[in-house]
Amino acid sequence: MLAYTVRRILVSIPVLIASTFIVFLVVVNSGDPVANFATSRQPAPSKAAVAAFARHIHADQPAVERYWNWITGVLHGDFGPSVQSNLDIGHDLFTRFRVTVTLVAAAMLIALVLAVIFGVFSAIRQYSAADYSITFVGFLFLAMPVFWFAVLLKQAGIWLNEQTGSTFLGTIGEKSPYLEVDTWWNEFTDHMGHLILPTITLALVSFASWTRYTRAAMLEVLGSDYVRLARAKGIRRGRVMTRHALRTALIPLTTVTALDIASILGGAVVTETIFQWHGMGEMLVTAATTIDVYRLMAWLLLSAVVVIAFNLIADLLYAVLDPRIRYD
Amino acid sequence: MTDTEAAGAAGIEVPRADQEFSVKQRTQTQLILRRFVRHRAAMISLVVFLLIVLWAFIGPHLWHYSYGKFTPDNSQAPSWKHPFGTNASGYDAYAQVMRGTQTSLKIAILIALGSTLVGAVWGAIAGFYRGIVDAIMMRIADLVLTLPLLAIALVISSRSGGSWYWIAVVIAGLTWAYVSRVVRSTVLSLREKEFVEAARALGASDARIIFRHLLPNALGPIIVNATILVATGILTETALSFLSFGVQPPDTSLGLLVAQAQTAVDTRPWLFYIPGAFIIAIALTINFIGDGLRDAFDPRQQRVRQ
Amino acid sequence: MTTSQGVQAGSGSGAVLEVEDLTVEFPTEDGVVRAVRGVGYRLERGESLGIVGESGSGKSVTALAVMGLLPATARVRGSVRFEGTELLGLSDARLSDLRGSGIAMIFQDPMTSLNPVYTVGYQIAETLLRHNPGLGGRAARERSVDLLGTVGIPSPQRRVDSYPHELSGGMRQRVVIAIAMANDPDVIIADEPTTALDVTVQAQILDALETARSETGAALVLITHDLGVVAGHTDRVAVMYAGRIVETGSVEDIFYTPRMPYTLGLLGSLPRMDRDEERLTPITGSPPSLLHLPPGCPFAPRCPMRQDVCDHDEPPLRTTAHDGHLSACHFAERLVDTGAGEIFDAVGADAEALARFADTESEDSV
Repeated sequence: MLAYTVRRILVSIPVLIASTFIVFLVVVNSGDPVANFATSRQPAPSKAAVAAFARHIHADQPAVERYWNWITGVLHGDFGPSVQSNLDIGHDLFTRFRVTVTLVAAAMLIALVLAVIFGVFSAIRQYSAADYSITFVGFLFLAMPVFWFAVLLKQAGIWLNEQTGSTFLGTIGEKSPYLEVDTWWNEFTDHMGHLILPTITLALVSFASWTRYTRAAMLEVLGSDYVRLARAKGIRRGRVMTRHALRTALIPLTTVTALDIASILGGAVVTETIFQWHGMGEMLVTAATTIDVYRLMAWLLLSAVVVIAFNLIADLLYAVLDPRIRYD
Repeated sequence: MTDTEAAGAAGIEVPRADQEFSVKQRTQTQLILRRFVRHRAAMISLVVFLLIVLWAFIGPHLWHYSYGKFTPDNSQAPSWKHPFGTNASGYDAYAQVMRGTQTSLKIAILIALGSTLVGAVWGAIAGFYRGIVDAIMMRIADLVLTLPLLAIALVISSRSGGSWYWIAVVIAGLTWAYVSRVVRSTVLSLREKEFVEAARALGASDARIIFRHLLPNALGPIIVNATILVATGILTETALSFLSFGVQPPDTSLGLLVAQAQTAVDTRPWLFYIPGAFIIAIALTINFIGDGLRDAFDPRQQRVRQ
Repeated sequence: MTTSQGVQAGSGSGAVLEVEDLTVEFPTEDGVVRAVRGVGYRLERGESLGIVGESGSGKSVTALAVMGLLPATARVRGSVRFEGTELLGLSDARLSDLRGSGIAMIFQDPMTSLNPVYTVGYQIAETLLRHNPGLGGRAARERSVDLLGTVGIPSPQRRVDSYPHELSGGMRQRVVIAIAMANDPDVIIADEPTTALDVTVQAQILDALETARSETGAALVLITHDLGVVAGHTDRVAVMYAGRIVETGSVEDIFYTPRMPYTLGLLGSLPRMDRDEERLTPITGSPPSLLHLPPGCPFAPRCPMRQDVCDHDEPPLRTTAHDGHLSACHFAERLVDTGAGEIFDAVGADAEALARFADTESEDSV
């Protein structure tokens, strides 16, 4: 297992290089930050200033050389220059990563727990009114644009705050800019209050698709011969559900969860934008607007690492949960 | 299933080879159609979806306001004159939603068609040749799958200038890999079937086997995936447009309309709710249609035990 | 006595399992599927009964109805009594106390019958501990090893920790048999226990089943489509067709003096070496749909002896000249001393089937 893990990590390195190289070419060709600099500033910068800017962001180098310099720089902790002066991309990235991780982790956890509960319930009560309702709500959530739901939820949060006269539900930012009483408890509740609405938003789509997945997996296992044999052995229904059906039905869900991480990161971008978090979402949108090549690359590199890591974790988890899979 | 041996031994029936294939083929299509028509949610969805499409593409020719011309009435609630109200500058929201729906549908359908076409051929070739060709082609597809769709689309489309087909091409360029995986696995199992063997024995070329035998038989999963891609497409495009990286004014899309209305949810709620409801309606009906098609093509769930 | 009261053996009161007028219906989108239509049998202690029929004849559904394992949508009527206790309508909790300890079941496909994520030892111990809570983990494990040895698994001490995917199909079916015999049941229902296995393994599995029977003294219901299996391993036979028992009697009755054209057809499509027939005589056509069953005898469309009365009246199960031998045919008497070749058209025998029969014949002792 350890040898397998090491091998997988080694194999992911060329994948990471190929992936970032393609992305780098795409990013470099997606806009011209130098022209942007020359035209958008008031007063218009001198030719020399434009040339200096181009040199500063390495826009005067050929793409392959730029990529090489970038990737070797990253290995030394240097993520390259930003179009914004005095911005340390590496520091910026990790500060924002911490903000986003909280949101993504909370949303995934809630989505997963609720999806298993509702999916299993739906499967056990197949074709009941509850099953139909859960299925319909699932379809509705899958069809709901995240940004639309987020705006709606934000409005609801504001309304609720007005009704209760509290400011518990934060609708702007990941925390209050300052706290009157700066104890750890206040800080904690403040964070929680700000986390609730964005988490619900981001959990929504994953919850819907994972519920449907759990239901289907559960139905398949419930119709399986080994569940029937377990019942024929005299095992009571509750134990058959947990020990035999759920235990096996959950195995493929780990893979599905891991593969969805890329789309969850996309959802986080939209969610953070609407709730005005200073996370990776804002970073991506700002970087794309200002055509900030190295900032975009930092974002995409981190997301690629996260996606690859999740795939690896899913595969390892699969081997732990399913004795039929052995990596040697 | 269980007693095939006994059934075979007890009742040997010699099918007439000349008739059997065409008859079976026709009943198969009929069965799929019948199963789909029986799926009530899917049928209702199909009707609603077609009505939305007709409305979005024919409606603008019949409606007396244009999406790009403002009227003297601004910030009006829905009325007979302006069924969806007007916005702060006086644009008629009915005309704008119609136009936005049209643009969003065009993009979504182009995404579905483009990525299905590329993905199906890609997956079919990889699955048919297997070996090194398959390995290389699928590694490329895997690579595309690791890219976060929204982020990459956001980066690339900042250069699109808001043209609808460019947005569609960008998104389709990232979603074809899903299709290729599905088609590849279907083709991998199909290529072992007797009819492929037979075609090969008759001297059919590789291209003919792929396009005349393998792809048509993989049509079920391909169609189901294409419908799902319409929903993915519309949700991605509207998200991009919402973040102002998609369709640009003066043209409009459902996502852009929601974005423009997000600060006016309290004052002019109709501007926010109506385009949102259209996105949901389109994605919802598409998902139900896809569900109905899946059931129709793969009726495993209705299997009755002996 | 109802017409469905099928298999009757003697008058002893030692019946462990009595099934009476059992009907099972499945409502589907296309209408009601009448899978079982009035089946009855009576199983004496230690006795063994073979149930034979084509796929879709309702034999597995009957077994699942007895176990109370049909899906909730199934409509079950009639009576199933285990040692005098009525099982239909019993709560699931009460039924599960009985399943595995009173009545055990073996399913057709050993490749899918065992849970892939637990060791075979765990799956045997699970049923042991379920019905003997005081046993303790260590004792359950020891007993599991014993059981694996009994059903003929080599080095059971080691195999007890194997996962199902590490065993062959034949070995897995032995594990399923070990699970079935674990709690000394009074009845074992084996639903096509050898169908999914290689021909070479089938005889070994039947031996293991015999061992299980002799160890536990359980009565056996052996469901199969293979008359050869029935001949060597059961005392009595019930032939099912379209959800009913159409003929029942002792093995000798069924094999030597069949009184139902369908049984005759089944025998005719089986290559035999103890008769002088050179040709196999298949039954043409396929079983009727249980969705829209026409009136009259369900076998009539395929029956070479069909007459007008067969299209209107479904014949009840009646005693023939022989006591305990019942048949559901209007013309049962005419079949006395009739061979399949005389009423069914013959086609050439196939060598493979002959070889297989020779295989089973060598161990059959009828």
